Amino acid sequence: MPRVVFTENLRRHIACPPAEAEGGTLRELLDAVLSDKQRPYILDDQQAMRKHIAIFIDGLPVRDRVGLTDSVEPDAEVYIMQALSGG
Amino acid sequence: MPRLWVATRKGLFTFERGKGWEVRRTAFLGDPASIVTPDARTGRVYAALKHEQFGTKLHVSEDGETWSETGTPTYPEKPDGVPDVFEPFRQKPTPWDLQMIWSLEPGGADQPGRLWCGTIPGGLFLSDDHGQTWELNRPLWDEPKRAKWFGGGYDFPGIHSICVDPRDSGVVRVGISCGGVWVTRDDGQTWAQCAHGMRNSYMPPDQAYDPDSQDPHRVVQCPGQPEVLWAQHHNGIFRSTDGSQKWDEIEEAWPSVFGFAVAVHPEDGDTAWFVPATKDEMRIPVDGRFVVTRTRDGGKSFDVLTRGLPQSPSYDLVYRHALDVDATGDVLAVGSTTGSLWISEDRGDTWGHIHGHLPPIHAVRFG
Repeated sequence: MPRVVFTENLRRHIACPPAEAEGGTLRELLDAVLSDKQRPYILDDQQAMRKHIAIFIDGLPVRDRVGLTDSVEPDAEVYIMQALSGG
Repeated sequence: MPRLWVATRKGLFTFERGKGWEVRRTAFLGDPASIVTPDARTGRVYAALKHEQFGTKLHVSEDGETWSETGTPTYPEKPDGVPDVFEPFRQKPTPWDLQMIWSLEPGGADQPGRLWCGTIPGGLFLSDDHGQTWELNRPLWDEPKRAKWFGGGYDFPGIHSICVDPRDSGVVRVGISCGGVWVTRDDGQTWAQCAHGMRNSYMPPDQAYDPDSQDPHRVVQCPGQPEVLWAQHHNGIFRSTDGSQKWDEIEEAWPSVFGFAVAVHPEDGDTAWFVPATKDEMRIPVDGRFVVTRTRDGGKSFDVLTRGLPQSPSYDLVYRHALDVDATGDVLAVGSTTGSLWISEDRGDTWGHIHGHLPPIHAVRFG
């Protein structure tokens, strides 16, 4: 199953240990992985990626940040990171 | 013990009055706090955070010391077929997405649990369960004239002022940058523009008095004389003495009628305080002298208050929520973008420099 790892910076706000779930697309994977509390930290009100969130699937940045249609392989590693912005 | 909440770009600071005003606690250190609101009805305190990466979140404290995340206003899914409303100057579609909590006010004493929340990009939310759940006020969001609202310093318009009428909790006025002042008299079911008399100089001349194009930086209502409201507007100071049916411009207020903040005395509608600055994109104290101004005669004249404030070159700017007066009308606090905090305990006659090295201050609030 795809494995999802969250940025350490998010752990300051909510619990988010690495997780595994089924999902052929990023949307399906996030729907399976994210709790109701985690979701609004990653996705905006319309369920698109937040502007300053970066997600990598097997090392490559996500291309469809709105529809989350990027494919996820069964053994994929997905990293949810924060962009280098803010402060 | 008198208490002052200070929301800053890098956290929330609690000052208490012992022998002097001192920092007692910090919370959310490192995180931007956009607004802090004590609720005198319940003793709860609410703090809105605007995480750069993780979005806006609302936290509540029962005891003023420990905090927990509560419900955050969330825009509903944008229905298919609903056309975008384009912010007119930037021609960008206004997102159905919470960008920032810009105002948060308790409802009336007869509405336990009621909170009103004003946001960027212009949605007004209400909660009737102390902020656990929120609902977008659709009558105002669906108001066709929202298409005329525009962003000032931000890309999209926002609601920064919420005045719940002390005589009738179903009467609520909201100030919008930029979209004038709107009033509901039926607890949010219908809304009407009420910025008539305000004047701008940033639109073509024939739109100078268009109420929908006004930029009131901050609107406050006198609790003891609710028919009196004050507005620090982008183009000057305005006052209404008839419950916002009509606004009168105060044309003379040395050293400047430009600023962001206004506070009104809790009982005396003729008394209000301002923090003037050089208009309008410069936004520094006039001639580098940081002053607070006070009128005690409804705007006919202004005292320029300097005692205890820096008169050597200083470049402090005070945002719209960073001036407050306490419930007695005697104690005031001013916080600046350069991290200075001053408090006066004699209606502004003299000021004490309480702190000089805080993060940029967004809001101060007694309670």
